[in-house]
Amino acid sequence: MFSILSALAQRIDLLKQVRRGNTGDVIYKVLAYLFGLALLGIVVAIIWELWVQSAFARQEFGISFLWSTSFDPVQAQFGALQFIQGTLVTAVVAVSLAAPLGIGIAAFLVEIAPRRVNAVVGFLVEMLAAIPSVVYGLWGIFVLAPFLRDYVAPWLTATLGWTPMFSGSFSGYSVFTASLVLTIMILPTAAAITRNVLQAVPKEQREGMLALGATRWEMFSQAVLPYAKGGVIGAMALALGRAAGETMAVTIIIGNARRIFTSMFEQGATIASVIAGNFTDADSGAYVSSLFLLGLILFAMTFTINVLARLLIKATSSGPTG
Amino acid sequence: MSQEGGKAGPQRAGGTSSVTAQTMEVQNLSAYYNKFKAVTDVSMKIEPNKVTALIGPSGCGKSTFIRTLNRMHEIARGGRIEGKVLLDGEDIYDDRVDPVQVRRKIGMVFQKPNPFPTMSVYDNVVAGLKLERRHKKSELDEVVEKMLRQAALWDEVKDKLSANGTDLSGGQQQRLCIARTLALEPQVILLDEPASALDPMSSQKIEDAMQELKERYTIVIVTHNMQQASRSSDYTGFFFIEDMGQPGQLWEFGETSKMFSNPERQETEDYVTGRFG
Ligand SMILES: Nc1ncnc2c1ncn2[C@@H]1O[C@H](COP(=O)(O)OP(=O)(O)OP(=O)(O)O)[C@@H](O)[C@H]1O
Ligand SMILES: [Mg+2]
Repeated sequence: MFSILSALAQRIDLLKQVRRGNTGDVIYKVLAYLFGLALLGIVVAIIWELWVQSAFARQEFGISFLWSTSFDPVQAQFGALQFIQGTLVTAVVAVSLAAPLGIGIAAFLVEIAPRRVNAVVGFLVEMLAAIPSVVYGLWGIFVLAPFLRDYVAPWLTATLGWTPMFSGSFSGYSVFTASLVLTIMILPTAAAITRNVLQAVPKEQREGMLALGATRWEMFSQAVLPYAKGGVIGAMALALGRAAGETMAVTIIIGNARRIFTSMFEQGATIASVIAGNFTDADSGAYVSSLFLLGLILFAMTFTINVLARLLIKATSSGPTG
Repeated sequence: MSQEGGKAGPQRAGGTSSVTAQTMEVQNLSAYYNKFKAVTDVSMKIEPNKVTALIGPSGCGKSTFIRTLNRMHEIARGGRIEGKVLLDGEDIYDDRVDPVQVRRKIGMVFQKPNPFPTMSVYDNVVAGLKLERRHKKSELDEVVEKMLRQAALWDEVKDKLSANGTDLSGGQQQRLCIARTLALEPQVILLDEPASALDPMSSQKIEDAMQELKERYTIVIVTHNMQQASRSSDYTGFFFIEDMGQPGQLWEFGETSKMFSNPERQETEDYVTGRFG
């Protein structure tokens, strides 16, 4: 009842505005509303579709789908755990490598590089984002993987081979290769957004710290970075979400082994890669429905990452953030 | 020098300060932004324990000039100078002098209050001291109280030392920035229009605080407020720019009473009486 009244009141308000001659305002308002609603509608439709299409798998396997590791089309048994593991491990490793690199690049560009170098390097980093995903995949398997096999893996085996993480032999297709390719793929996101965030730190904050007799490094670490913390975390969360959702390159590189892995040198699969790698083979209702359920889980994961990031940003940024 | 200041500071807390205000002497100073000359050929003597006010129309180089006095000017893109700036007889632009050390001896307060938003009131005050990294908590406690008192802010914030620096009012933020500058026990304090973003009450408080501070420090202040300049300064420098695109000059310099009652040059009189600018 109340909502009808308020809607009516709004309509009258709009009519008044039209009479006052603010037709532009009214059109703008209506359009903004429509676009907002359309966006919301699309998101709801996608969630709805995932939900409906995964109904069979949800009924068949229930919540245990989350911690089951079976993937047997013949027996029509499916689970998600190994793919959740693959997704989380590759994404988290990629972000923990891309974060220091990205912050370093951004700090260099904003704080040290002359304006022209900033522009050129900034452009190059953003070009990384323009390279098609499949090209990264090919590069990963034909260039990066042999390089890792010949130079990096032997060294890792020698120094860290005793840990489960780097045990076993390394063949190019591996979780390790996929994580590194993901690192490079999300580096533009991490670096470019961090750069924008650092650039948005007011001049007054920098000068305030310098005027207290801070060196440039102290200025950066004590004034700039704390001020920009929220934005930097946001950048990394975005990068994490991107890494979790990345499909093509990972599908090419990770080997698509549908089991739990214990070493980074083993092959594995992510949710995205298992969907991309198997949807053409999905011949049974349970199979198709399970892939949709995996899609729903991935969606829930990236959604949660984004929400958590936002909460984190809110909680950690006591000051204004870029 | 900064070691001395850092160590000796807390011991002096509460007692009479042994900070020595220093004379500054500017000799034929010109300041540039790349090729653009913003200030030309300024010479003046800045007396210790006095307030020296810098006035003049907008764009005539007051901010540029005051920033050359603690080597903040060279942070700007293309910022460089010609000439000399002596602090206690030594050129702060000498090759052997570290600008970081200069800025610890010659503090600066900016036009817009700029407390560090991620730090508490307490941490804002000791932000400069913490850069030196060897202070006991009890020492810092003393410094915080002493400096907030000197900045006439203690009574207002003593119960919210752990609040965010940015949670204070604009005027309180500005006095917090003054306290933060004082904590380094500088010999000279530079203020660039410290009250222009504040309401009259807050502005008055800052003016009052300055009167107290000149007992201990050498003070240089840029202001657009003629009343404030005439009331609270001992010397006044009038900057003027003859034509657009020309560099600013120190048009006239002298004791404030003379500058406001009986200046030598027509432009000075026009400006201080509010006839233009
Ligand atoms: N970072 C900069 N790069 C290039 N030119 C600058 C820069 N800062 C100031 N200028 C120029 O130098 C001249 C003097 O500017 P300055 O800010 O020192 O004037 P001001 O007297 O402080 O003016 P106001 O009273 O408005 O603060 C102006 O022409 C200004 O455009
Ligand atoms: Mg100015």
